[in-house]
Amino acid sequence: MEWGAVSSEGKEVSTILESGSQRTLSPYVTGTSVLGLKYKDGVIMAADMGGSYGSTLRYKSVERIKPIGKHTLLGASGEISDFQEILRYLDELIIYDHMWDDGNSLGPKEVHNYLNRVMYNRRNKFDPLWNSLVVGGVKNGQKYLGMVGMIGTHYEDNHVATGFGNHLARPIMRAEWREDLTFEEAVKILEKCLLVLLYRDRSAINKFQISKITEEGVTISEPYALKTNWDFSAFQNPTKGAEGSW
Amino acid sequence: MAKALADVPPKGGFSFDLCRRNDMLVKKGIQLPGFRKTGTTIVGLIFEDGVILGADTRATEGPIVADKNCEKIHYMAPNIYCCGAGTAADTEAVTDMVSSQLQLHRYATGRESRVVTTLTLLKSHLFSYQGYVSAALVLGGVDVTGPHLHTVYPHGSTDTLPFATMGSGSLAAMAVFESKYKEGLSREEGIQLVSEAICSGIFNDLGSGSNVDVCVITKGKTDYLRNHQLPNPRTYVSSRGYSFAKGHTEVLSTKIIPLKAKPEVAVVDAMEE
Repeated sequence: MEWGAVSSEGKEVSTILESGSQRTLSPYVTGTSVLGLKYKDGVIMAADMGGSYGSTLRYKSVERIKPIGKHTLLGASGEISDFQEILRYLDELIIYDHMWDDGNSLGPKEVHNYLNRVMYNRRNKFDPLWNSLVVGGVKNGQKYLGMVGMIGTHYEDNHVATGFGNHLARPIMRAEWREDLTFEEAVKILEKCLLVLLYRDRSAINKFQISKITEEGVTISEPYALKTNWDFSAFQNPTKGAEGSW
Repeated sequence: MAKALADVPPKGGFSFDLCRRNDMLVKKGIQLPGFRKTGTTIVGLIFEDGVILGADTRATEGPIVADKNCEKIHYMAPNIYCCGAGTAADTEAVTDMVSSQLQLHRYATGRESRVVTTLTLLKSHLFSYQGYVSAALVLGGVDVTGPHLHTVYPHGSTDTLPFATMGSGSLAAMAVFESKYKEGLSREEGIQLVSEAICSGIFNDLGSGSNVDVCVITKGKTDYLRNHQLPNPRTYVSSRGYSFAKGHTEVLSTKIIPLKAKPEVAVVDAMEE
């Protein structure tokens, strides 16, 4: 089957340098797409809770969206261990910032910039953190949503997606996003995209968390499932009229 | 032993004799010749009265748009049409060939062609060429047994589906179908959904672009809506037109050089007859 120009997080063989240090360059436990979009009161993000080990669905309760400080949400796809490492870096950063005790706190723009530097630097050392990150948040009424890739590519937009979400979800978001979406409308758009991903991305599972961040704070929903529809009459007997074919 | 093999006439199908030579040449650094790919969004869906097929109209040669308005919905039979993605030459040739075979079959049987016949002819041809004929097709039609929609892959496998997309823009189009398709669509709803899916491919995939072609096949009637939508018009067209009359450009100097020297006609005797 040909998809044309589509590729997911690639795989490379690990290499051992002369110095003896090993750079592992293939991801092991991976998460699939993360979706994010801005709405009237803030930013909303969604991801499923699967951690795949190659083609096995190894972990089914991985939280891939985490709050950072007071103003930011971070969602990650790709290698889960690298995501946990990034959370440690950010933890250190937030604590350090808190110790200044100067009444200011790091907002989503700052977190995005920091992650961008970290990712790009690691890429230059040929030792990337194998993630695509979605950074979203609200600070002083300003909504912010951006993305950083494993090679340091970054941008900011009204709606972002990682991995397969770029191909399957962004066309829907581009067609249906507007300024001043209410929370319910934004959830509907995200659920539409999550359903398409569930049908068409082999590493997606039917267990999602939707999180929102507003000026008031962060809310991460309980895990829930979407209703899928498999009862097309054409699926009942595909070879009707041509017994023996397929 | 080798002599005995050489005496047997070739049975047809793909001859893999030169593959090792080609691999060796590639290893030496020779670049294989490129080919024009359609880099496409093609879709099909079944609605209440039949089948609707849709396609974009951009043909690419690497990063260049080779044809801004090509036709990707190919005629197979009066009641069967086929959209093609992949290498343009392969889709054209294979659909033309099977279309001729169907015509001969119609003469032989005296009946309307069936979609499953087309499907079997296509898949057995593509399988025997082991994927080297790079044609990915969405085949749809209405025959005595009802409406049918199939996808055919370059290696020869097929699927029978209520809605299908192929090509580089297939994910963008499938996102639209998966979220909006339902059974028993009316003709208007079906055309609207197909156009929306193709537009999603046109605007979100770089390999697809230009216009939307739609083909509606129902029992007894086929409507080929060429350029049903033109969502990419030329933006800046001069209203005064582009004629440049004499006097628009200043003439600095003029020099006339006769190209053929005029022959001196001497008065001579008449030619010998």
